[in-house]
Amino acid sequence: MTATTLFEKIWQAHEVVAETADTPAIMYIDLHLTHEVTSPQAYTVLRQRGLKVRRTDRTLATLDRSTPTDADQLFGKVPIRIESAANQIRELEKNCAEFGVELLGIHDPNRGIVHIIGPELGATQPGQTIVCGDSHTSTHGAFGALAFGIGTTEVGHVLATQCLLQRKAKTLAVNVEGTLPRGVTAKDLVLAIIRRLGVSGGTGSVIEYRGSTIRALSMEERMTVCNMSIEAGARAGLIAPDQTTFDYLKGRARAPTGAAWDGAVARWRTLVTDPGAHFDAEISIDAGTLAPMITYGTNPGMSVALGEAIPAAGDAVYAKALAYMGLTAGQQMLGQKINEVFLGSCTNGRLSDLEQAAAMLRGRKVAPGVRFLVVPGSHQIKLAAEAAGLDRVFKDAGAEWREAGCSMCLGMNGDLVAKGAYCVSTSNRNFEGRQGIGARTLLASPIMAVAAAITGAVADPRALLA
Amino acid sequence: MEPIRTIRSRTVVLSSTNIDTDQIMPARFLTTTTREGLGKHLFADWRYDAAGQPIAEFVLNKPEAAGCQILVAGRNIGCGSSREHAPWGLYDYGFRAVISSEIADIFRNNSLKNGLLPIEVDAETHAWLLANPGVELSVDLQTRTVTLPTGKSVSFAVEAFARYCLLNGVDETGYLLSQEAAIRAYETRHEA
Ligand code: SF4
Repeated sequence: MTATTLFEKIWQAHEVVAETADTPAIMYIDLHLTHEVTSPQAYTVLRQRGLKVRRTDRTLATLDRSTPTDADQLFGKVPIRIESAANQIRELEKNCAEFGVELLGIHDPNRGIVHIIGPELGATQPGQTIVCGDSHTSTHGAFGALAFGIGTTEVGHVLATQCLLQRKAKTLAVNVEGTLPRGVTAKDLVLAIIRRLGVSGGTGSVIEYRGSTIRALSMEERMTVCNMSIEAGARAGLIAPDQTTFDYLKGRARAPTGAAWDGAVARWRTLVTDPGAHFDAEISIDAGTLAPMITYGTNPGMSVALGEAIPAAGDAVYAKALAYMGLTAGQQMLGQKINEVFLGSCTNGRLSDLEQAAAMLRGRKVAPGVRFLVVPGSHQIKLAAEAAGLDRVFKDAGAEWREAGCSMCLGMNGDLVAKGAYCVSTSNRNFEGRQGIGARTLLASPIMAVAAAITGAVADPRALLA
Repeated sequence: MEPIRTIRSRTVVLSSTNIDTDQIMPARFLTTTTREGLGKHLFADWRYDAAGQPIAEFVLNKPEAAGCQILVAGRNIGCGSSREHAPWGLYDYGFRAVISSEIADIFRNNSLKNGLLPIEVDAETHAWLLANPGVELSVDLQTRTVTLPTGKSVSFAVEAFARYCLLNGVDETGYLLSQEAAIRAYETRHEA
């Protein structure tokens, strides 16, 4: 038998019809996650054609993007300020009711960002195919699931047939060896990987993250890494499941139990790339050489390690990006004044992110004039954080503690960065206008976000570690 | 869907590299629940000032851009968010093809499903197109070629099935529905 990659194993197990020169493969989808923004037009098509949702048992909906993080608006004490956002929420509620799709809605204790609740509920499992009308579906690859983003037309395909038309992707191995230095997080690692690959270096490929550094990461850290695979242009990111994965899933609401659990784990253990399997491309990274990273430009590949100067201007496009950011080539990011801080998103809005941030913030204050917004990734994370008293740490320091959602990651719900303001953000995209018109986003880890909040400038989190 | 065979049009050039879908269609316009009418928001933050007035220097606001159906963009157009609102907006505005040297995966896929032809050309042709805005091109999907005004023809790749669907106005949902027997057989095999 030829040695195969993890990607090929999952691919083969989901081929309903194999691909030919003339036709793409028909691939079966195990789990379809949906939300308010990229689904309404798909339901319209279903309705027009008189179709049903084929597998309501494999479809899960939640509200995360247009949804307010302000409790009064969320729970109806005051009307939702943005009328079109309110309408989109009502539309999803109506569609789910009509088509029999399970919705983790406003009052559901399991509501949250779609890529956070899948794993949290144990719905995300190794070896599955998972899709969602959202590019950060790559997050679920942390469990050894083949998970990728699709458009709304494809959301309609999956609702109607549970299948997608797909051409096989190329494979790219990212090998990371060594120990991450103190104060260097999974976020810094993935920013370094994206810088190395470039924002289109992964186009057409599924990345498999491998090596001792990856094996040593927790599930939450692995999700941070896989989440940003798309920022290198990759279709998906994958990490082979192991004991860390099984320990995370065991006992979760939708994970198998009893004999079914044992059978599942036995199957999941086979989900590894065979020794000697061929990847279309490979890169290697030495974790020991990495430092905390921060972006300075308008795509996630434009980052520096703390201490490095912003590279000299390349072409006109590069110059335009720096002009948008109000930064100059040769400048250090350390000491750059900032106005806002956002801690949250499907990249870094999980409990361990909040714990690390709170540990650094405890007993300290947010710098005067700095707005610090803390948004848990799910309602369960919010409850767990509150049970541990983390909300008090944030509030006592002067931060805002919000309800779960995507919030300022993409600013659809009215949580926006002011025009021209610098925002250190733990999210995944620093595109022009992503956090608000004219907003200047600096992507960084949760502890770097806290260091910035405390000092009012880009600061080295290593100096503040307990 | 309307079949596409040929497109004959002058080009509009946006030479920035890595034009992400947040630029093509900013998030605040994603609260819509229909596909229609997004053309007016296309490139909104580059196209309009704070008062909502067109910015004269932006290419789409120049008189020569009127009626152009082909957008030539810098390398790696369509990266970022999977929002199909980006190709919906481009189509609604009037574009029928996007040409670059590299096109991001999800955007390419979404475009093909909406009658917007994503065309990847070699770096040399791309550089020429960027340097010569407004030239008249003819695109033939049947032969998979773009013909430049210089008479030069360059070929491009399109996934075979997507091309078939575009040429014949076939919709993929219908094709997938016709595979019901195979889907059922798969489910029986895997859920026994
Ligand atoms: S947190 Fe941001 S990147 Fe993640 S799903 Fe929400 S909007 Fe998308």
